[in-house]
Amino acid sequence: MAKDGRTLGNGTPYEARAAWILLAPALAAIALFFALPVLGGLALSLTDFDLYAVADPTNARFVGLGNYTRLLGDPVFWKALGNTLLFVGLGAPLTLLASLGGALLVHSRLARLRGIWRTVFFAPVVTTLVAAAVVFRYLYHPRYGLLNRGLDLLGLPAVDWLGDPRWALLAIVLMSLWRSFGYGLVILVAGLAAIPDSLYEAARIDGAGWWRQLTSITLPMLSPTLLFVTVLTTVGLFQVFAEPYVMTRGGPLNGTLSVALFMYQQGFRWWNLGQAAAIAFVLFALILAASAVPAALGRRRSG
Amino acid sequence: MRRPLATLAVNGALLVLGLVTLAPLLWMVSASLMPTGEAASLPPRLLPSTATLEHYRDLFGRLALGRSFRNSLILASAITAVSLICNSMAGYAFAKLRFRGRGRLFAILLATLVVPPQVGMLPLFLELRLLGLVNSMGGVLVAGIASVFGIFLVRQFALGIPDELLDAARVDGASELRIFWTIVLPALRPILVTLAVFTFLSAWNDFMWPLVVLTEESRQTLPVALANLSGEHVQDTELMMAGAVITVAPVILLFLAVQRQYLEGILMGSVKE
Repeated sequence: MAKDGRTLGNGTPYEARAAWILLAPALAAIALFFALPVLGGLALSLTDFDLYAVADPTNARFVGLGNYTRLLGDPVFWKALGNTLLFVGLGAPLTLLASLGGALLVHSRLARLRGIWRTVFFAPVVTTLVAAAVVFRYLYHPRYGLLNRGLDLLGLPAVDWLGDPRWALLAIVLMSLWRSFGYGLVILVAGLAAIPDSLYEAARIDGAGWWRQLTSITLPMLSPTLLFVTVLTTVGLFQVFAEPYVMTRGGPLNGTLSVALFMYQQGFRWWNLGQAAAIAFVLFALILAASAVPAALGRRRSG
Repeated sequence: MRRPLATLAVNGALLVLGLVTLAPLLWMVSASLMPTGEAASLPPRLLPSTATLEHYRDLFGRLALGRSFRNSLILASAITAVSLICNSMAGYAFAKLRFRGRGRLFAILLATLVVPPQVGMLPLFLELRLLGLVNSMGGVLVAGIASVFGIFLVRQFALGIPDELLDAARVDGASELRIFWTIVLPALRPILVTLAVFTFLSAWNDFMWPLVVLTEESRQTLPVALANLSGEHVQDTELMMAGAVITVAPVILLFLAVQRQYLEGILMGSVKE
């Protein structure tokens, strides 16, 4: 049988039936425990579902876009939104730079023990987030923490990392940087390996130095991979939850309150499920918008 | 003369970056072995004066963390087993079986990847309450039965299974389900190992969903128990580090054991359609 003959919808009824049997468990689970809840969330966000409705759903009333307009007037929401944007705005470029820098080092032909370094840099990625947050809370201790000891050795003043609203967000960004740069690094190393050597040879013959090779060959050739890593990093950062939950509970003064943590608090601490569902959809919209920007950039570049 | 200098710079930078990366983990292990109070002493100590396992004994004895450890193990294993079966069946069907609407259905599934998990979390909680699954392992499990990413990964791999192999079996009169069991599953083995590790790690590390679903202390998973513990025992640095070690060690060891397949899986997953 020729491969071309295998067009869609062309299977025997028997083959199609077998396909649906194989698909059924996965599709049913996704429909029941993912698609239905997402649609339910949309409906929920248009009601005033609260603790009383949790007890008896008939207490919930349709409020239209009320939850969304109320968010616009809630200073805590704006604080959470600002924090999350700052978190992404600081974290994404830092993580990307660290991933790229690390990848260039690991990929360098001068590097020894490449396999070991790749593993070392990836270890934080598989580290349980909560455990990492617990460890970092002590690394950030104003008196005994390793970080301030380091600052002290350099003759710099101690910082109250998690207690000072000006530093707490940065502290969480640094921790997330530590935990996630290895992921991008591994993907970028693979991207670097895919660039043909002949390009570099030609460039060297033309007398191009290290920097010129980086900007004229490596970065342009790597840009699809970079784009992918950017989107991945950004989407992950937008959902930041466990770090502030464990390390600061969103404090001090809501300085590390993220949108996901705000949603959790509204939903599962105060049982304002309608309001929380609206927050979830705002988060969704933000993530969609944020991943559309690099995608559009990529389309423009590839002409 | 420039070359040795560049070599030194590259490897020196790698060494520094590597040490910075490992420092938190090394300190975690070291502090977990220190006698109580030693991690918060001045001048600072990097290594324990005498190594002690008392905090580990405390965690498994007095604080009953062994229970959470077992919960995490059971839950992560169950999610891995169930999702592996569902995802491999669906992935194979999308790759190799012809049926009406295949392309469109697969496209719809891929599109759901952009929806962050938080969006369905609240209604799913209400749904589970209706089904009586709140505060049960089953409640955590249902969200992990199938994953679009897993289906995608299996499909990509299954596309490489030669059609001739399947057709030959059909000519021999084997049923489709028999073909799946005796030919397809063995052929999928490399990707299933990768996917299993992937799933186990993320199920073990998951925090938000078990935190929401499992309200009773005796049913909590290890990360949730650790987060609670760290709220109550903020001052007890060494104890908390031992708790962090217990939580992290299984996944790091698993990763080290199968890192090759794991990293390849990441790269396969990151290849765009």
